[in-house]
Amino acid sequence: MNEIIESVKNLSIGFNSQKGKQISILRNVSTNIKKGETVGIVGESGSGKSTLALAMMGYIKQGLFPLKGECLFKSEDLLKMSSRQLEKIRGRKIAMIPQNAGQALTPNLKIGYQIDEALKLHTDLNKTERDKKISELLHKVRLPSPETMAFRYPHELSGGQQQRVAVAMALAGKPDLLLLDEPTTGLDVTTQAHVLELLRFIAKDTGTSMIYVSHDLGAIAQVSDRIVVMYAGEIVLEGPARKILKEPIHPYTYGLLKSIPKLSLAGLPASMPGSQPQPGSINEGCSFYDRCNLANDNCKKNSPDLEHIKELDTNVRCFNYKELINQNNNLQTSITKKSNNSEANEVLKLKDVSISYAKQKFFDQLLNKISDQNPTVKDINIDIKKGETIALVGESGSGKSTILKSIAGLLKTKDGQIKFEKDRILSSDLKKRNPNDLRAIQLIFQNPDESLNPNHTVEQILSQPLKLYFNLSGDELKKNIIDLLKKVRLGEFYMSRYPRQLSGGEKQRVAVARAFAAKPDIILCDEVTSALDVSVQAAVLNLLQQLKEDLGTTYVFVSHDLAVVRAISDRVAVLYQGRLCEIGPSQNVYKFPSHPYTEVLLGAVLEPDPDIKPKLVAEDIVEEKPPEKGCSFQGRCPRKIGDICNSEVPPWQIGENGNAIRCHINIDELASLQQ
Amino acid sequence: MLLLILKRIGLGLITLFIVSLITFVGVEVLPGDACTTYLEREAYGAALDACIKRLGLDVPAYERYLDWASNVVRGDFGYSLSGEMPINEVLGPRVKNSLVLASVSILIGIPLAIVLGIITALWRDKLPDIMISTITIFSMTIPEFISATLLILIVAIWLGWLPGIVIIPSDATFYELLSNIILPVVAISMIMTAHMARMVRSSVIQVMASDYVQMAILKGVPYWKMVFRHVLPNALLPAINVVALTIAWLLGGVVVTEVVFNYPGLGRLVIESISNRDLPVVQALAIILASIYVGINLIADLMTLMLNPRLKSLQIRK
Repeated sequence: MNEIIESVKNLSIGFNSQKGKQISILRNVSTNIKKGETVGIVGESGSGKSTLALAMMGYIKQGLFPLKGECLFKSEDLLKMSSRQLEKIRGRKIAMIPQNAGQALTPNLKIGYQIDEALKLHTDLNKTERDKKISELLHKVRLPSPETMAFRYPHELSGGQQQRVAVAMALAGKPDLLLLDEPTTGLDVTTQAHVLELLRFIAKDTGTSMIYVSHDLGAIAQVSDRIVVMYAGEIVLEGPARKILKEPIHPYTYGLLKSIPKLSLAGLPASMPGSQPQPGSINEGCSFYDRCNLANDNCKKNSPDLEHIKELDTNVRCFNYKELINQNNNLQTSITKKSNNSEANEVLKLKDVSISYAKQKFFDQLLNKISDQNPTVKDINIDIKKGETIALVGESGSGKSTILKSIAGLLKTKDGQIKFEKDRILSSDLKKRNPNDLRAIQLIFQNPDESLNPNHTVEQILSQPLKLYFNLSGDELKKNIIDLLKKVRLGEFYMSRYPRQLSGGEKQRVAVARAFAAKPDIILCDEVTSALDVSVQAAVLNLLQQLKEDLGTTYVFVSHDLAVVRAISDRVAVLYQGRLCEIGPSQNVYKFPSHPYTEVLLGAVLEPDPDIKPKLVAEDIVEEKPPEKGCSFQGRCPRKIGDICNSEVPPWQIGENGNAIRCHINIDELASLQQ
Repeated sequence: MLLLILKRIGLGLITLFIVSLITFVGVEVLPGDACTTYLEREAYGAALDACIKRLGLDVPAYERYLDWASNVVRGDFGYSLSGEMPINEVLGPRVKNSLVLASVSILIGIPLAIVLGIITALWRDKLPDIMISTITIFSMTIPEFISATLLILIVAIWLGWLPGIVIIPSDATFYELLSNIILPVVAISMIMTAHMARMVRSSVIQVMASDYVQMAILKGVPYWKMVFRHVLPNALLPAINVVALTIAWLLGGVVVTEVVFNYPGLGRLVIESISNRDLPVVQALAIILASIYVGINLIADLMTLMLNPRLKSLQIRK
């Protein structure tokens, strides 16, 4: 068990800047991987974790080169090997499971061929043996009908299935070490939990060592024996998983854990100030100095070494780590938020809304109607009160973003009405809405890189809504822009910056400021934090909450992340296949009894705690279309009771907690089943 | 799949119908008619009457269109004015000549372009790329009338290796043609190859940067195997449409080269018949060139559909 298979020694990797300076993105990294062990490498984007993982296969991305140090695999330096030698190791001794299998599988080659290729390269099996092995592997990764799966193309599979194929391909060469680069990022929550479960099973079954790279402490917690925390290209903390997650003694890890929203906690997570420094910007002192609340003068001048603490079996890079020992109780706290006034008036009302993506037939176009018996979104009834945050939750394909687009007027509704303020019907055609209604409803998008015009300065971006809705100009315009920037905690000097000069969190703040520039009544948030790092996510959530408390704005918050929703929302609506499953105050939706789908979703959430294991109660099948009749969840429901689920739309039942559940099972019975 | 092919063919036919209408209407709205245009100053009295009678211009326009269109469908384009012979006889050798020129250029140019594109992409920013890229950009930027004239000057006049202009009887055999067309082929290939090589280069570079190529490397696939199995099939797919456009261009659009080398192809016929005011021939050429474009693009689209597993299964599912 103590045999070391791969050892990284003093590794630095960098690039030459345009000014000819050498800039390192990985600095002096050393770590060992033992046989049969799973090591989690965790860090935010830009921390160098993927560069480290790829270097452990002897692969350095174009433009980068090793500055010093070595990667020893069974005491041979991978970085000094010829490509011939590396071909013998890659796939056979060390295999990779990529981040996005959908893009990492070659599109013109069948699944079977791609696995066969690995078998041909790394085993001596003949054709019939290989064919047998392929279906064995596909079976092992639990793909349905492994015999026919081999003849399909990558794009014919769902995201989870593609990821399983990638796992099968990596296992083909019977490697000693598996490298997993964010293998579950981008998958739906339930699929993610299933893939992780499979990986854990494989680690146990084959005794393979694994390196699991991820930004997600929840996923890392489920698989790792040991955790390495990276920050700005350095290892800042390294030790046994349980120690790192339960008693983190580095201020970055401590802050990171606190900034993760947790299912068990109502209220907002604490955020860390600032963001990770850019490579090359650290000259002296600790790289975490700017964001650290334990920092003193010593930290500014001298950079700490990675220190081994024997009694904790941990390596830590901090002068003041002792202050964090026995501070772990504070991890389980959160910022309580003011709840809204439940007596408030309704501001937005969705009545029997259905939305269809079906192509209009010729005659329907003439009559300007949509005939689709089975629309993507159907029968949505939600009343939204002024000043509340209502969350729409569901996996991809649940119709949550579709509903948001319809409220914004970007997508026509098929049936039903969207009423704004005292029963005034909003036209489903954007062009027919009056300017004041357009101003009143604003949208913040998921990815600020795409929603901010790269050729406009922050000033130009923010002045557009101010000019359009309030006809401001000159000094008054400028004053308003500065006010807006102040509201989102950005200084005046940001006005002349372009989006590319901002970090991800800053960009999203500008997007938030742009939405607030219109002085809107309702802001529609479409996965606004899912492109952000955890520590930045917490800051944006806190900002949104603060602005809401100050200005009384109403949020419709769309997210796939149940923990984020738990933190920010007052009320939650759970959607499956464009149909509502459950709706109610958020503290109650997270309690039982729940709709079986909510139960499945809650079970699949990964908490950054090795003691809380996900509960997998339903298969992670992907359904392409909602069922024609009956309950929308009939295809995957673990509590299906019979034909009635297939034939009749279930009735709404109100639980004693005040949340409404749409299920054929009696709500009291559901409560006793879920206890 | 069959339905899709039929649909595309139907759309192509509609395009051709519209083209025929536009050319016909265009000729109609021009001042004067085919006869006055053609006869110019002699357009009076008996000569004009005879011409009008011969072309049947004394009947209403829509009747003439129907008559002309139905003949075209049967493959009969009527009579040319200048040669006073059936247009089919005028076109026949020209089509053959253009086909010969195009197919030789394609056979040499396209494989060369693909090979050059791949070499420049795989040795990106290294010596082979820098050299080939400089040459291709150079031959792309020089207009063809200059490069063609220079070729004649150097190869035909100074060195005296090959004839400078093409003088061939209309019934020349393929082999007689071949020795005459070396220079035009070189002139055409220079531009065509350069354009396509650049396209192939950027397409290969894009695929080389993709996740699946990185995955293939990390799987231990040897370099050349990776290039042939994982890179090229995906990189060359978008080239099909460019090849199609090039072929169509070769058949009717290489006007300048044909004029410089005095090559009797379709492109030169367009210029000739316009300057001779031979409207029936112009009409016939418009239809023929449009059919070439429509036909070749149709074939290219269908090939892309066949070769791209993504599009194929998408279509089948529908």
